[in-house]
Amino acid sequence: VRMKSRIPLILLACGSFNPITNMHMRLFELARDHLHQTGQYQVIEGIMSPVNDDYGKKGLVSARHRIAMAKLALETSDWIRVDPWESEQESWTETIKVLRHHYNESLRLLQSKKEFMKNKRPIERSTEDSLSYQHSVLPELKLLCGADFLQTFKTPNLWKEEHIKEIVEKFGLVCISRAGSDPAQYINESDLLTKFQHNIFLVKEWIQNEISATQIRYALCRGLSVKYLVPDSVISYIAHHNIYTEESERRNEGDLLQPLKLHSTTVNPLND
Amino acid sequence: KEGPDQKTEVVLLACGSFNPITNMHLRLFELARDYFHETGKYKVIKGIISPVGDAYKKKGLISANHRVTMAKLATKNSDWVEVDDWESSQSEWLETLKVLRYHHQKLLSPDPPNSLQNAIPLTKPGRKRKQEPNRHDPVKKKNQGPDIKGVPQVKLLCGSDMLESFGIPNLWKLEDITEIVENHGLVCISRAGNSVQKFIYESDILWKHKNNIHLVEEWITNDISSTKIRRALRRGQSIRYLVPDVVQAYIEKNNLYSPESEDRNAGVVLAPLQKHASDSKN
Repeated sequence: VRMKSRIPLILLACGSFNPITNMHMRLFELARDHLHQTGQYQVIEGIMSPVNDDYGKKGLVSARHRIAMAKLALETSDWIRVDPWESEQESWTETIKVLRHHYNESLRLLQSKKEFMKNKRPIERSTEDSLSYQHSVLPELKLLCGADFLQTFKTPNLWKEEHIKEIVEKFGLVCISRAGSDPAQYINESDLLTKFQHNIFLVKEWIQNEISATQIRYALCRGLSVKYLVPDSVISYIAHHNIYTEESERRNEGDLLQPLKLHSTTVNPLND
Repeated sequence: KEGPDQKTEVVLLACGSFNPITNMHLRLFELARDYFHETGKYKVIKGIISPVGDAYKKKGLISANHRVTMAKLATKNSDWVEVDDWESSQSEWLETLKVLRYHHQKLLSPDPPNSLQNAIPLTKPGRKRKQEPNRHDPVKKKNQGPDIKGVPQVKLLCGSDMLESFGIPNLWKLEDITEIVENHGLVCISRAGNSVQKFIYESDILWKHKNNIHLVEEWITNDISSTKIRRALRRGQSIRYLVPDVVQAYIEKNNLYSPESEDRNAGVVLAPLQKHASDSKN
């Protein structure tokens, strides 16, 4: 299959990235390899979207730092970037809205490229320009996640049913799981996910690399090394700004996650 | 620190194929160092990566030149882990014990100017030195800090697979294993839920010297095996973030791993097996 006729695809990962680790970046690499091997897609971009501070998760440090660390980590990547839009909103934003935003942005970009190309004299256009100009296939945007993410759909009040539907129907999921876990089974147990399973790509990660950010933070608090699990530039940044401490880990302690707060008030308006 | 808080200096030596070196190999050093420092009794002064020589004849083993170069690239950013090519530059395969002895001797030798320069052997000259792990007599040394106790120890750093390979027939000599755990010591990094403790329990010699076998649990699962890296490369898959960027770039530039390279030494008997089989014949 020639690259030209593949569907352009953008991968979007939402999460705390508290902090970013080598594993986060691996997810993108694994997803890209997998999608390319289907022969149907050309991954054109990877976007990392750190969650808003308002999310209220325990131990979540300021978005300013989380974005800065992700930027440092992704400096050497030629296709993955970090986007601050979600973290810059006034309050926590549902994942579906982040997906919609980035999808609309990609359409806008495509449109402005077309305008630009139209105004260029033919002699100014490179072969590449011509190809992409003709290449007006709309890009697809898919949510990149780990297997545990799929399971959170079950958590009461965390997701709205109509949002889950829109995610799997209109966008799609690329779900990375490790050997031993079985997301296929979980999909099978959900009518909604089964209906749209053609739009849920399951990628198995054979090289175990479960670098949980929580464990990284624990290690940092205890003065243990995280070298080779997190890029050196991020380690330096963390040390320089003294970001992860016992105190930072206690942030939001006892608080309810923002989505739970929002959804439980809508469900139970009589509760305070 | 003074008095009973004196610390023993430790050098960590990792032997292996490093075919190629990965982030997991590098993690072993970090985990081991943290472990020793947390005991409060040791000070890790150096880490040494010693890639095995080509004469080892392992299947898929590419030239030592490349393996050493990649390891050097990978440790450029480390201020305490370095690569040593003595083992890989020997024309014949060397037993791990010999590499341990070599590095131990090197530490004691007066040639390079370092803080260990004036370390005095604890035994009379002419007698073979034996390192006793729980020696408590501090030896008075010139130019050595007051918090350093005894002479530095070289310990073999490995994963549970190497430790359990002691059980593979003809791969190791019993007297070598004995000297390794008796005179030097092992630092074994393994995943939670491993069978290493059971393996030690079932071996009389390991059990006898279990105080000199340090088990470090690795909580952050990180199973980046070189075999899997090579497999990914053959399949055109990305290995980014599993190995240092410089190593990935070097592999790509030199096109190091292919189905052909994986076939090297296919059908050839591993050097230690060959050696021990012919030894027992004699």
